Amino acid sequence: MRMPNPKSILILAVILCAVANLFSSAINPYYYDILISIGINMILAVSLNLVTGYTGQFSLGHAGFMAVGAYFSAWMTLNFGFFLGKSAPATSTVYVAALVAGGLAAALAGLAVGVPSLRLRGDYLAIVTLGFSEIIKGVIQNAEPLGAQRGLGGIVQHTNLFWTFLCVALAVYGILTLVHSTYGSGFLAVRDDEIAAEAMGINTTKYKVLAFVIGAFFAGLAGALYAHFKQFIHPEGFNFLKSVDIVVMVILGGMGSTAGVCLAAVILTILPELLRTVASCHWLPDPLRNLAENRMILYSILLIILMLNRPQGLFGKLNFGSRKQ
Amino acid sequence: MIEFLQQLINGLAQGSIYALIAIGYTMVFGVLRFINFAHGDVYMLGAFAGLYTAPKLLALFGGGPSYAGAALVLVSAMSICAVVGVLIERICYRPLREHPRLTVLITAIGVSLLLESGGQFFFGADPQAFPEIISDSAIELPASWGIFSDLTVTIGQLIVVGSTLVLLTVLRTVVMHTRTGMAMRALSLNPVAASLMGVNIDAILSFTFAIGSAMAGAAGVLTSIQQPSIDPLMGINAGLKAFVAAVLGGIGNIPGAALGGLIIGLLEALVVGYVNPTYRDPLVFAVLILVLLFKPSGLLGKSEREKV
Repeated sequence: MRMPNPKSILILAVILCAVANLFSSAINPYYYDILISIGINMILAVSLNLVTGYTGQFSLGHAGFMAVGAYFSAWMTLNFGFFLGKSAPATSTVYVAALVAGGLAAALAGLAVGVPSLRLRGDYLAIVTLGFSEIIKGVIQNAEPLGAQRGLGGIVQHTNLFWTFLCVALAVYGILTLVHSTYGSGFLAVRDDEIAAEAMGINTTKYKVLAFVIGAFFAGLAGALYAHFKQFIHPEGFNFLKSVDIVVMVILGGMGSTAGVCLAAVILTILPELLRTVASCHWLPDPLRNLAENRMILYSILLIILMLNRPQGLFGKLNFGSRKQ
Repeated sequence: MIEFLQQLINGLAQGSIYALIAIGYTMVFGVLRFINFAHGDVYMLGAFAGLYTAPKLLALFGGGPSYAGAALVLVSAMSICAVVGVLIERICYRPLREHPRLTVLITAIGVSLLLESGGQFFFGADPQAFPEIISDSAIELPASWGIFSDLTVTIGQLIVVGSTLVLLTVLRTVVMHTRTGMAMRALSLNPVAASLMGVNIDAILSFTFAIGSAMAGAAGVLTSIQQPSIDPLMGINAGLKAFVAAVLGGIGNIPGAALGGLIIGLLEALVVGYVNPTYRDPLVFAVLILVLLFKPSGLLGKSEREKV
């Protein structure tokens, strides 16, 4: 089945989230929280999918880019929040500017990671990206204007369903159309065989850096959304385990499958909440409840079994607009 | 001056720990060409193996801290870790030997997460006190040493550095002077040719994992002598730093791993002593990035050309 037209779907999605936003006050705050988290995780997963799934560059530092976006945008709204006055359109403008600026700052960080990564591949790259995100965390922990180890609070809540899912739609649309374009085939070529791609005259360097920059931009956007939703951010919220969460989404969904990755982001956002419900069922035996509280055990077993038996991910090559084979 | 020497002594002890862990990374990389992410967590298991076996083993020697008991604890932790390492290789890595490296890498991360979260599940997430297996105290340096008598050297530090030296010597003998060691070197040079010459690849891989994991287990116990508070996530940081050490020394190169471990340990001690303790972790990663940028083959490694 072929999608009618990506653009019309995009417009439809934007209208849908604008309408849904009108009813946001009717949604139970707990579910509202989960919905926004789903959106943010979808952006993170889709953007990491561009780097890891489509370009084949394994990155363990996605949370670092998210941190850059979150902190930079929060710093902007905290310092320039009422720059244009206190009216709703004025603060919204500043908010949107902060979102974009957060994304751009993260993209700059992505450039910084992408350039040294050119000489590395596979395992080394994974460690270097991890190292970069640890360095970012270390810098934030030592930066007094960003709250250092105390975290940064007092951010005005501005993220709602509309802004979140608008960004989701933009991320999915942007990345899908990019990799499905003639230009974007370069990403897939780099993933499939770097040496062959280079022999064919593809500038692998440029594609790898570009993947990092675009992936980091959207991760920064997600971070900015997150900061303006939770109103409080802490360096430990962007640690190694957060990166692993995103990696698990991409692998579970199937590397290089945008639809699968989105689905996995939804599932893995809801799963911990379900497990929490299971853990609070008093009639269940204690070991089972303890296990439910420890979602990382389940994640890790899932990862290992998946890799041993189905390395292409749960949903394989499932994609938006792909023909059934 | 004295303070500088003191930092060097502290760094040397910590560096020995990193060296022991780094050897496991480098050996596995040498034969399999992949990073065993779970290695840092085997180190954590070593510490917990020590924690659980120590009361029983020390009871054999009267219950109090004793050198014989401590040696037994060390050996038991090493054997437990060796078994765990072999099991990890058998169950998780062996079926994937022909798969793309990314698949193996993700599996390794999965194993690492499993050991960490499993550790939190079974051992509890809170830090636990490691039993006193030797009575650690500062050594009185003779006053005739002049200003050097102001240095603080603990028995624990001596034991850590001494045990590391012994283990490294044993390892070197095994790798350089036994048939198994020769098979191991052959495997790392060219797996296909080695198997054609009759090297049993499966057995050698198991052996490599056993030795590497045993070293990590020893590091786990030795580190607990100095810092008697252990928790299931202690392996993440130590593992990453040991990996940096392995890369710094030239991954795949055993003396390089030891050298890298010492350098990282010393560097850390100097940063903590003279700059700011919060910069300790970022600095180690900065070292890694610089090494990979300017000398990816490490200090003692040989660079390899990629062939199609």
